[in-house]
Amino acid sequence: MSEIDYRKIASQPEFESLLKKRNKFILPISIFFIIATLLFPVLTGYTDILNNEAFGNISWAWIYALLLFIMVWTLVTVYMKRAKAFDKEADEIIRKYREGEYK
Amino acid sequence: MNLTVIIMFLVFVGATLVITYFASKRTNSTKDFYTAGGGLTGWQNGLAISGDYLSAASFLGIAGAIALWGFDGFFYSVGYLTAYLVVLYIVAEPLRNLGKYTVADMIAARFEMKKVRAFAALSSITIVIFYMLAQLVGAGALIQLLFDIPYSVSVIIVGIMMTIYVLFGGMTATSWVQMVKAILLMIGTILISFLVLLQFNFNIFTMFGEMKNITAPELEGSFLNPGAQGESPLNNISLMIALLFGTAGLPHILMRFFTVRDAKTARSSVMWATWIIGIFYILTIFLGFGAAALLTREEIIAANPAGNMAAPLLAERLGGDLLMSFVAAVAFATILAVVAGLVLSGASAFAHDIYAQVIKKGQVSESQQMLAAKIAAFSVSVLSIILAIFAQDQNVAFLVSLAFCVAASANLPVIVYTIFWKRFNTQGAIAGIITGLVVSLVLVILSPNVMDPSGAGFIAVEPIFPLNNPALISVPAGFIGAFLGTFLGKPESHEKYREVKVKSVTGISTSDVSH
Repeated sequence: MSEIDYRKIASQPEFESLLKKRNKFILPISIFFIIATLLFPVLTGYTDILNNEAFGNISWAWIYALLLFIMVWTLVTVYMKRAKAFDKEADEIIRKYREGEYK
Repeated sequence: MNLTVIIMFLVFVGATLVITYFASKRTNSTKDFYTAGGGLTGWQNGLAISGDYLSAASFLGIAGAIALWGFDGFFYSVGYLTAYLVVLYIVAEPLRNLGKYTVADMIAARFEMKKVRAFAALSSITIVIFYMLAQLVGAGALIQLLFDIPYSVSVIIVGIMMTIYVLFGGMTATSWVQMVKAILLMIGTILISFLVLLQFNFNIFTMFGEMKNITAPELEGSFLNPGAQGESPLNNISLMIALLFGTAGLPHILMRFFTVRDAKTARSSVMWATWIIGIFYILTIFLGFGAAALLTREEIIAANPAGNMAAPLLAERLGGDLLMSFVAAVAFATILAVVAGLVLSGASAFAHDIYAQVIKKGQVSESQQMLAAKIAAFSVSVLSIILAIFAQDQNVAFLVSLAFCVAASANLPVIVYTIFWKRFNTQGAIAGIITGLVVSLVLVILSPNVMDPSGAGFIAVEPIFPLNNPALISVPAGFIGAFLGTFLGKPESHEKYREVKVKSVTGISTSDVSH
């Protein structure tokens, strides 16, 4: 078993760009879903705006909850798609490292 | 207790014992014991995560709460589900790439200090004990209600079953019990939801319309709108924070990510889990509304003041004895799947983190490790059974939300900093875990859960801290504690962080380069 030279991989521009892309993707979406979720108890606790009826007898509170569910499934799908693209780049980095292309 | 219940009960117990028998033949190494050999597929692990996560409290508890409190009963489901975005976006892949058996492995991947691992294991053990105690006490009461078996006998039956699964079948048996449970739970909820919707001619508007007319003197507002339960807004926000950030720090959930081959499979298991868990929570609305429409409020409360019997009673109304027995069997399966997962994660923290890594410094043979794992699993089981029997008359339901709170305050900040913060160091990690843990525990002791002048808590005095769940304070405290600890401690070389970054982003391992 050989030791992996992490310093060498970490200093490759491909790696740095992949890392940056990943963080740029993760951070804004994470902030978004955290705010969207925590806004819910704030709105239901301090305002009455979600108590109005949206469709028939169904009030906005239910719609907000449903939208959060849809948000989860959508963001999971988005993540799966993006992660696949990141996988390709990561595999490429591993391949190059293994084949000794990084000096 | 009727014959149908006994037959369904025996079929389930028999089937899971057969699973355990086959699993035991495949459990030959520590890796098999803790991770089922790491060979589960995405959908299998997704099902198992759902089985591990959806406790009897979500099945019977949420359905009952919706039946009694309408919207407020459903409210928290939102937090339980969106929490999986934190798991997926922030924790799952780095965890899979860095860890081996436990959360502490992941943190230790960056900080080799034994102390860090010991503290990480300590917070995992605290979480497991709280969660387990609440589950077992709830299970005892529930089985007493469903099958009319005395409380202590119920706890012992559940205890013996979970010990058998874990001791002989390890993670393989535990995973399959969780998968079977998830499937049974989904069949049960889909079936009852279908029968409920049939009553309303599949018109959701009619259903909501009928719910609008529900009134009761204890409802502090409309049944269909937030606030009927009269909880303070700060309490709601605090609990939502605990749920959102806690799931990604729960040791028994995180442990499931080591049962798959790689980060790719880890993420697809989260995808499966969010679909199953999400659909389940939506269906609980129909269960709750169905119970509110077809049963009387008095009936539900008379059977159990918290509403836990709403779903079984509804099943009886809709499908007679047969459906009721099925629901009871599902509830039993639900309890077992969750406690088995907890035993395993508790055992891994004791045997792998504390014994093998901290005390023996990794110098243990395979057979010693296996023996330690089994002794730990057995001890965790026995200890929790004893604690649960003593806690019979205590109100310990709040321990579940406390477990989420400790996970969110002590584990998550350190996990996040380990992955994303270059300057983070050993002192920071230790300070973060201790602050999160201590602040959560102290605030709970000062909270209305423990201090209640009416005598409902443990001490009959005015609570010093007003919130039931301390997450609003303790989660920021955990982040700040880790932050301050880092600056007070010695700066460390970035060599290890570089390794953590490369591993977590690429998933590279020695097997990638050694062939």
